[in-house]
Amino acid sequence: MAANSKLERDHEIDVKQMIEKNKQSKSFSQVVEKIVPIMLFLFAIITVLTTVGIVMTLLSETIEFFKRVPIWDFFTGTVLKPMSQNPEFGVLPLINGTIISSLIAMLVAGPIGLMAAIYLSEYASDRVRKVLKPMLEILAGIPTIVYGFFAFTFVTPVIRSIWPDVEATNILSPGIVMGIMIIPMIASLSEDAMSSVPNSIRDGALGLGATRLETTFKVVMPAALSGIIASFVLGISRAIGETMIVTIASGSSKNFTFDITQSMQTMTAYIVEVSGGEAAAGTTIYYSLYAVAMTLFVFTLLMNLLARYVSRKFREEY
Amino acid sequence: MKYIDAEQVSKRMGTRIAKNNLLKSLFFMATLFGLIVLAILIYRVVVDSVGWIDWNFLTGKLSTAAERAGIMGAILGTFWMMLVVAPVTLILGIGTAIYLELYAKKGRFQAIIQTNISNLAGVPSIVYGILGLTIFVRAMEMGNIILAGGLTLSLLILPIVIVAAQEAIRAVPGFLSEASYGMGATKWQTIKNVILPAALPGILTGAILALSRAIGETAPLTVIGIPALIIPFPEGIFDKFTALPMQIYYWTLDSSLVAEYANLAAATIVVLLLLLFVLNSAAIFIRNKFQQRF
Repeated sequence: MAANSKLERDHEIDVKQMIEKNKQSKSFSQVVEKIVPIMLFLFAIITVLTTVGIVMTLLSETIEFFKRVPIWDFFTGTVLKPMSQNPEFGVLPLINGTIISSLIAMLVAGPIGLMAAIYLSEYASDRVRKVLKPMLEILAGIPTIVYGFFAFTFVTPVIRSIWPDVEATNILSPGIVMGIMIIPMIASLSEDAMSSVPNSIRDGALGLGATRLETTFKVVMPAALSGIIASFVLGISRAIGETMIVTIASGSSKNFTFDITQSMQTMTAYIVEVSGGEAAAGTTIYYSLYAVAMTLFVFTLLMNLLARYVSRKFREEY
Repeated sequence: MKYIDAEQVSKRMGTRIAKNNLLKSLFFMATLFGLIVLAILIYRVVVDSVGWIDWNFLTGKLSTAAERAGIMGAILGTFWMMLVVAPVTLILGIGTAIYLELYAKKGRFQAIIQTNISNLAGVPSIVYGILGLTIFVRAMEMGNIILAGGLTLSLLILPIVIVAAQEAIRAVPGFLSEASYGMGATKWQTIKNVILPAALPGILTGAILALSRAIGETAPLTVIGIPALIIPFPEGIFDKFTALPMQIYYWTLDSSLVAEYANLAAATIVVLLLLLFVLNSAAIFIRNKFQQRF
């Protein structure tokens, strides 16, 4: 009993010391607890500042540009001659080049990507899918500059040997290669959409005697339509913003034309050309950089918002 | 059953099954199409580079003479730039993810930041180049140095790192942090000692993949204005520089003037792809080796 109370006394001292010690360290850790959230909040704010920075720089310099070139002339002009004595700044040739190259890309990526998605989601066994999907994703990981090299040194010569009218720099070849680059994106997003259609619905159709194909087209795809459309819209947005492939393989002709065998410039390629040419700050060419970038930014932003709207609004819930 | 004409059904069944099988093989070929193109691409690049990758190419200086050109400067430039990108994106990315997942009150403000991040992920890389040119190169008067390029690429891949880190943190089960709170740990102690270590493999995997995206990124660098001139090897983050993708760009553009430049571009692509392959393998290794399943 005596030994026991001695032990208790020892403990009492220990606990008192521990509490004292804890009080001291607590004040430090309490400060940390207060500071950390504030610091992390400041980190999180940087992403907002990035957006504000993008919008502000584009907006202020674009406004400066429109003081020199009327906004109407910019958006309706079909002549773009930034370097000439009497420069003209019509953005339509660039928008035209951007839309045509994106259209070619989607003509390649849309059907092939969707068919690949159908195969992976509806036909492939788990084992086959586990092999094919990561391999397809390698395509998405290859830097765009490598695709540019591929378009310029391989695809263009191949096209020209089949169709001699095609020029050395043309919009067709980078359009096709851009499509190949986008295939994994559409395949992967559409596959996700189709895989999330519950099996019970699929089994219902199959049980009624439908073939896999009929089940896919009449049951699975309608149910996954919002996701499929969203993947297409994101693909278009990606094509609009793609830079290096078109810069390398499509040249810098600013003609307003619909002839896909010719060189055309996209908005992105124009930005590379003008900024790479060290346009002196304060010149109208320099400001045109921002006006074109602003147009590009709005285009892709609208596409991304549209994709999100489609996938939210028309999603089938099960 | 009397409404079903058995004969009619069996007659049609053949074409229906045939159609199914035909389209199945078409879908399969569409899946293979991308892989075939990938094979052609890699084959072409490797064939073009054969005989051009040697010790002198890897360690030499840039040169207008194709036989003497080396890419050490570009390798160093890419290396230094990643030395900027990696810490900046890791600190900002993990910090933002922790804030959004563990501190921010669910509400309008958090929703705004979240929407903003997914919008940023969709902004074309060249627009980031313009931001970098305006803010880092011109307004802060850095000039086209490694730090400016690195910060620009950091902003570009930041959304990817944040989303990856958020997913990794979300995957840490609640009972771990509850156990930590139960032992008397504070919130930050719990995050630092329990949640982050558990989420780290997932975060690192995402970060490495984002980093490999930054290594191959060319468009923002062209806007910032990387000179095509021959410059001394960079020795720190305040030096002017060139990078591997920029070198591929210039050599591809000039290959119509000097045919050998196409070989140099192909050889540089092989080096770049090998680097990306190593990084991606590391990411997969980390994911398989350290990822805990709860």
